[in-house]
Amino acid sequence: METMTAPLELQTVYQRPNALEDTYTNYCPGCTHGVAHRLLAEAIDELGLRDRTILVAPVGCAVFAYEYFDLDGCEAAHGRAPAMATGVKRALPDRIVVTYQGDGDLASIGAGEILHAAGRGEKISVVFVNNAIYGMTGGQMAPTSLPGQKTSSSPKGRDVAMTGNPMRMSELLAQMEGSAYVARRSLHDPANIRKAKKAILTALKVQEAGLGFSMVELLSSCPTNWKLTPSEALKWIETNMLPIYPLGDYKVADAVRDL
Amino acid sequence: MARELLKGNVAIAEAALRAGVEAYFGYPITPQTELLEHLALRMPELGRVFLQAESEIAAINMVYGSACTGTRTMTSSSGPGISLMQEGMSYIAGSEVPAVIVDVMRGGPGLGNILPSQGDYFQVTRSAGHGDYHPIVLAPASVQEAIDFTMLAFDLAEKYRHLVIVAADGMIGQMMEPAELPPMRPLPTKRPDWALTGADERPKRVISSIYMSAEAAERFNLKVQARLKEIRRNEQRSTEYETDDARLLVVGYGSAGRIAHSAVVAAREKGLKVGLFRPQTLYPFPEASLSKIISRIQGCLVVEMNAGQMIEDVQLVAAGQVPVRFYGRMGGVVPVPEEVLAAIEQAYDSMSELSLAAPA
Repeated sequence: METMTAPLELQTVYQRPNALEDTYTNYCPGCTHGVAHRLLAEAIDELGLRDRTILVAPVGCAVFAYEYFDLDGCEAAHGRAPAMATGVKRALPDRIVVTYQGDGDLASIGAGEILHAAGRGEKISVVFVNNAIYGMTGGQMAPTSLPGQKTSSSPKGRDVAMTGNPMRMSELLAQMEGSAYVARRSLHDPANIRKAKKAILTALKVQEAGLGFSMVELLSSCPTNWKLTPSEALKWIETNMLPIYPLGDYKVADAVRDL
Repeated sequence: MARELLKGNVAIAEAALRAGVEAYFGYPITPQTELLEHLALRMPELGRVFLQAESEIAAINMVYGSACTGTRTMTSSSGPGISLMQEGMSYIAGSEVPAVIVDVMRGGPGLGNILPSQGDYFQVTRSAGHGDYHPIVLAPASVQEAIDFTMLAFDLAEKYRHLVIVAADGMIGQMMEPAELPPMRPLPTKRPDWALTGADERPKRVISSIYMSAEAAERFNLKVQARLKEIRRNEQRSTEYETDDARLLVVGYGSAGRIAHSAVVAAREKGLKVGLFRPQTLYPFPEASLSKIISRIQGCLVVEMNAGQMIEDVQLVAAGQVPVRFYGRMGGVVPVPEEVLAAIEQAYDSMSELSLAAPA
């Protein structure tokens, strides 16, 4: 009779990145914040940046991001993360400074701060999680909400005549001379998640090389406030968000191509 | 160091440099702009950080970020800009990071004008943003005091890990007078043990002002209140002039205090028993010294370049023991000593009537 022999060593093929804490998060089931956190943490690990990265957390669902990352971190006022990150980076120019912001934070209340950070070519990296809604306050309309999208503050659907069309922040920020790298990716399926990881790696490398402002926009799901199941929510990104927010590289400075 | 002719705003900027300010973030606003301009020139010369922000909101949040790294950081502005900074000021206080703000006060409310005023007393002493706290507030009455208090501001900010405001007015900022600058202090060589520098061979550090449970938030508030109590015990500052035999006490700070001083000198020449009390800290209000004087006088006259803001603090100390009268000009009008003297004489007369009317 043939006997099974166990392998002498078990090989680790998947583990928590060092830059992530071993803890529970406050994110809802099916929300892609967890994926975005993991991608950022993996990128920080792979580039060996954990011990010199400072994370600036936003106000929004990611308000406790500093509890989930094993990094030095601080918590900005709503929308002010790019200004706070500017203060950190100018004081400590050899550190890696990352803001993690949602669409209400970055595109609405903090539109001025993000625009000027890019305009100055501030050497920070921004992870911009765009789920077309205010998550933490319970699903209100954001500047990024889609035309006709029903939210708790646009119960009959976003009326573009009254509230305007979705603001495309990557396209806008790519116009700034100071932007070295601006890209939009999506977290709705594994192939796109892999592309998102690569973009985050590039953004961090851009900062390391001191090339200027870098941002990766991540189209993300909010099943709770979209009132969809997690799998429906991923489908909703693909069907409804991609046409409004085309994926791609919006700014790749020449020096970035050489990285 | 020799005395030299210095403009207030420039003197404050140069004093900050000599106190070892390592990073400045600001936004132009009259009447403080020379402060920003001086640092725009000098900070890069010394290899330090100068950045003109896109707004006062951004400036104060840059200050917040820089201060979180244990870097000696400041900003400056005037009333309308200080209003915009209130958000960041509250976060700074809620995060226990030291920072210095210079407010060169101008006429308000609204856009008001660019003339000297003390209209920000409430907004700098009472809360400076949402939540329960007070910044430490220093009020210079001369260019020399502006220099000295700027140096002191950094010491107090770091000692207490607290927000310190130097509340000057447009007159102090814009006037030129002889003053002596201190020698350059060495920069700090070591960052404090709470500073964000990257978690390199140590546990991570987090700076935040969020406390989710009521109990935790109350515990933090109690800690802030304990610190404020210590500040009230240690840091009250004031000067007095001719208070020993005074029957009427004039109380004024900053430029108003200085103008009141001239008026008190003139009143003394007329034989009136008048003294001056000039708070140098607006928070903590110098209640211990004022209280002692109030116990031996018959009346108070508060002089301010506003509609009467500090008078509330004087009334709290007086607690009804003596009448507290007020003389103030608003909207950027700077009173001249003669009109303050007239107010003194009027207060003195009414006080005499009161004491004549009182039963023996």
